Amino acid sequence: MSSETTPLINVQDVPRRTRASPLLWRIAGRIGGGALVLWAAVTLSFIAIWLAPGDIVSLLVGEQVSTPAIEAAIRAEWGLDRPLWQQYLSYLWRIVHGDFGRSYMLNTDVGALVASQLLPTLKLTAAALLVSVVFAVLAAAATAHRRIGRSVAGGLELLLASTPSFWLGIVLLFIFSFTLRWFPVAGDRNFAALVLPALSLGLAQGAVMAQVLRRGLEDALDQPFSLTLRAWGVPGTTVRLRHALRHAALPAVTLTGWLVGGLLSGAVITEQVFSRPGLGKITVDAVLAKDMPVVLAVAILSALVYVVMSTLVDILSLLIDPRLRTQAEKE
Amino acid sequence: MPTLSLPLRPARPVPFGLLLSLLFLALLALAAIFPGWLAPADPLLADPLNAMQPPSWQHWLGTDPLGRDLLSRVIYGSRYSLFISVSAIALAVSVGTLLGLLAGLVRGAVDEAIGRTLDVISAFPDLLLALMLIAFTGPGTANLIIALGVASVPRFARMVRAQTFLVARSGYVEQARTFGLPWPVLVWRHVLPHATAQVPALATLGLGTAIIGTAGLSFLGMGPQPPTAEWGLMLAEGRNYLRNAWWTGVWPGVAITLTVVAVSTVGRRWQAKFEGKRP
Repeated sequence: MSSETTPLINVQDVPRRTRASPLLWRIAGRIGGGALVLWAAVTLSFIAIWLAPGDIVSLLVGEQVSTPAIEAAIRAEWGLDRPLWQQYLSYLWRIVHGDFGRSYMLNTDVGALVASQLLPTLKLTAAALLVSVVFAVLAAAATAHRRIGRSVAGGLELLLASTPSFWLGIVLLFIFSFTLRWFPVAGDRNFAALVLPALSLGLAQGAVMAQVLRRGLEDALDQPFSLTLRAWGVPGTTVRLRHALRHAALPAVTLTGWLVGGLLSGAVITEQVFSRPGLGKITVDAVLAKDMPVVLAVAILSALVYVVMSTLVDILSLLIDPRLRTQAEKE
Repeated sequence: MPTLSLPLRPARPVPFGLLLSLLFLALLALAAIFPGWLAPADPLLADPLNAMQPPSWQHWLGTDPLGRDLLSRVIYGSRYSLFISVSAIALAVSVGTLLGLLAGLVRGAVDEAIGRTLDVISAFPDLLLALMLIAFTGPGTANLIIALGVASVPRFARMVRAQTFLVARSGYVEQARTFGLPWPVLVWRHVLPHATAQVPALATLGLGTAIIGTAGLSFLGMGPQPPTAEWGLMLAEGRNYLRNAWWTGVWPGVAITLTVVAVSTVGRRWQAKFEGKRP
């Protein structure tokens, strides 16, 4: 990525020399904004604990039997006898260092617990992201401006976007695991076990993305440059894939932050359907048992992923589309 | 935006899909309000002798592992799914409109504070935010409504804020101000109707998302508890009997998908009317 950044900035400097690169400033601004949102999210979860009805110790203990030992541990960990601002600062300090406290239900370190379950969930999310991007690009590029193709694909996309991913998972499970026996029913042993969960999670989001992408593609194909390319004798497929797709990518790329957020929360349910290990299982168990440290850790982690992704996406769209950069300069 | 693309997207002359969707939604509303008229049996009546029967003339959609009639359960289930998701959207619309109007009118520090809060709320994925709230309040129908509602507030608040901003600067509001109207009348009669013109369309689209969210959270056991006939909950029970009784895991899902398709069709059609328009 960095090898690409440098020449782009230089190119921009050619027509008109500016004091400092506005692109770099914008990137720095986005990163700062992201960090601010993240800090606010951590603060919000701290406030939420304090505003929650009832005694804070009993809230943190959750559903299991509270012993004096556990209560003492909570008081020590949250420093409940100290002033509020000290509690807040020490909470912030611990979060920054990756210390999310102890799970009162499982009696383990939350950071270690989440870290141990992270890999299967990331694997599923990445596979589903791949499914949605491939589906979106294929469906959009093959059917943009094609009368029959786009109405068939549009119908299919509406159907997929309206189907809860967990139900699609149940249907796929019935057809391909129970009836045809092509894929395992549950677990996370090999690659085959990843296929159905990734499909059921990725297709619904891919359908939404395909609609956005097709729209952008059709707009790009209507622009004069497409006509010029066709007049030069460039084949239609090349115009679509090499030239129009790059224009159409921008609105779709800005969706990626939303997409990854949707995939992460979808993964929680999909993991339950396919009995896969991962963050989903510990999250659901923790919510039902009111195991707050685990719930907060997962929530903050997902906010982190969202902020990092949307910051990257914003930077990426500045790199993809030079027009946005000149706009930034004018502002 | 390039205007060249406009002539190439002809409006479909006969909205057959729209008609079908409206018809389906009317039927669904009927099922939700008077389930007893349509359902052939009691949705909670167990009949162990007829457990796990495949679809037949007696039980059109088959029976579940307790011998309850699935058709009746699906019909009664529409009640919970619609009630929860409609209430959640109503909550999101009221809070969102209020915040958006406040931010768009007062501007300055208030606008900044509301905007930042919404940014933080949207940093959590919808479903995870809802799960987080349920961790505080515990599972149940009312808590599910609040959790889903809060998660969709930012969408409405942002839209109303942007529209309020435009409307408040428009010529007719300026004109009305010169007449010396007191500001509550000005806001109520001139700003609010135009600033919220697109809200019903957005709410309809949001309803589709809320229905899927309701089903998902109930599937995880966060909503109504067994033996309630709720679509997501029924799917969670059906998932365990797929090997022997596929129908237990199919019909509630079909109902969810058809409902969301119908709602989205109506919502999109509605939203298309606003495309490219400015107040």
